[in-house]
Amino acid sequence: MDFFDNIFTNIYAWLAFWLHELLMGWNLPKDVESALVSAIMIILVIIVIILWMVLMVLILIWLERKNAARIQDRVGPNRVGPWGLLQPVADTIKMLIKEDILPENADRFVHTIAPMIVMMPPVLMFAVIPWGKGMVPVDLNIGVLWIIAVASIGTIGVFLGGYGSNNKYSLLGGMRAVAQMVSYEIPQVLTIVPIVLMVGSMSLVKINEAQSGWFGMQWFVFAFPVGTIAFVVYYLSALAEVGRTPFDIPEGESEIVAGYMTEYSGMKWALFYLAEYFNFFIVCVIGATLFLGGWNGPILPGYVWLVAKTYALVLLGMWIRMTWPRFRVDQLMNFAWKVLVPIALVNIVLAGVALPIFKMIGF
Amino acid sequence: MPVDYLPILVMIAIVTAFAVIALTLSAMTGPRRPNPTKLSPYESGMPPFGSARRRFSIKYYLTAVLFILFDIEIIFFYPWAVLFRDLGWFGLSAMGTFMLVLLIGYVYVWRKGGFEWD
Repeated sequence: MDFFDNIFTNIYAWLAFWLHELLMGWNLPKDVESALVSAIMIILVIIVIILWMVLMVLILIWLERKNAARIQDRVGPNRVGPWGLLQPVADTIKMLIKEDILPENADRFVHTIAPMIVMMPPVLMFAVIPWGKGMVPVDLNIGVLWIIAVASIGTIGVFLGGYGSNNKYSLLGGMRAVAQMVSYEIPQVLTIVPIVLMVGSMSLVKINEAQSGWFGMQWFVFAFPVGTIAFVVYYLSALAEVGRTPFDIPEGESEIVAGYMTEYSGMKWALFYLAEYFNFFIVCVIGATLFLGGWNGPILPGYVWLVAKTYALVLLGMWIRMTWPRFRVDQLMNFAWKVLVPIALVNIVLAGVALPIFKMIGF
Repeated sequence: MPVDYLPILVMIAIVTAFAVIALTLSAMTGPRRPNPTKLSPYESGMPPFGSARRRFSIKYYLTAVLFILFDIEIIFFYPWAVLFRDLGWFGLSAMGTFMLVLLIGYVYVWRKGGFEWD
């Protein structure tokens, strides 16, 4: 099992060594050579991470369409490839060769740059996730803070998209999206505080280590009541933040056409769509890392566990999406400010008071 | 360490390149046959009237301000949470005071109807 557990770290070490050997022949100074090797390795790791992410999202899109079809008693995509598995690829190619319509009076620069800004943050968040034992692309000691900080950048892109299109639906959708995203960011940020408090570090690697132990009993979901409440609040606000269906006010088709995406077509629209699934996947990964023990698990290799836990959360999200009707705007905002924020605040107090008391009675 | 963020910079560069390449490719391969109807803003088939750059509800502004206020205050929880064990009861009481102030503001906004949305 050790072999499979370390396969990626071994490949990494082997590649770095091989590169080192290769550069030996060039008779470079020692420090230049090591800098070159680490630079190339960084670029390689990041390319692998981005490819991995794109692959995961393609699978996610297929899974969602298939799942939605099953829940609605349809068959779903089944023409392209086995079980329609190549459908997302076909969609991508189709998007690529579609006309890109820039509506008149739209702000050309803002309209173009918005989808790029939207799809950037989730990729950046991917960098700090520990995918397995020793498999952290970028090990930041402020991992959690980094995720929170980067996640809020997407809001700007969404608003730019809504504002730059010169369309009333777009503007309304953009405003709603910003209001919703910033509102649900508050409980999301608040609810991670108890986890940081229990671990005493913001590093995702440390948070992962704190949840190792026998058969998942150390996972923070099971740290009743603080961790459980934190997980529920996190999951709900994460679903709302990425605009999944019970919370899809920003693009409610029956009210404002497609919200901030109304005037987008072709590849620009595809980038928005991609970003939506990137976001959904990344919040599930973060949920699995923070609350479900990350890559900790018996027998199977760590990365398999992380992906399995992530897909459990993903499937839960799809189930919720398919079975719940959309909230009204006022219900949505009330839910964030009047329900989730107080719960998260009380949870912090609970964690802060409970921990010293547990320590005093020697738990 | 600032060096830790070097991979992040590389990542930003690669992601930007990815997005730019995708958009350029699509601009190169896609057709471009504009006509006035296609370029006019979509308003459910009605002839569009007026500009979309217009005033919108003050509600959104209020939400944004509330977000900024709360977010800045919440960030203070993080250093405290990291150093929770070292600070002990002193840290807990200090943070309790901070939380109390935050709660007073929260209740005030609630009573004033800042969270109402209609």
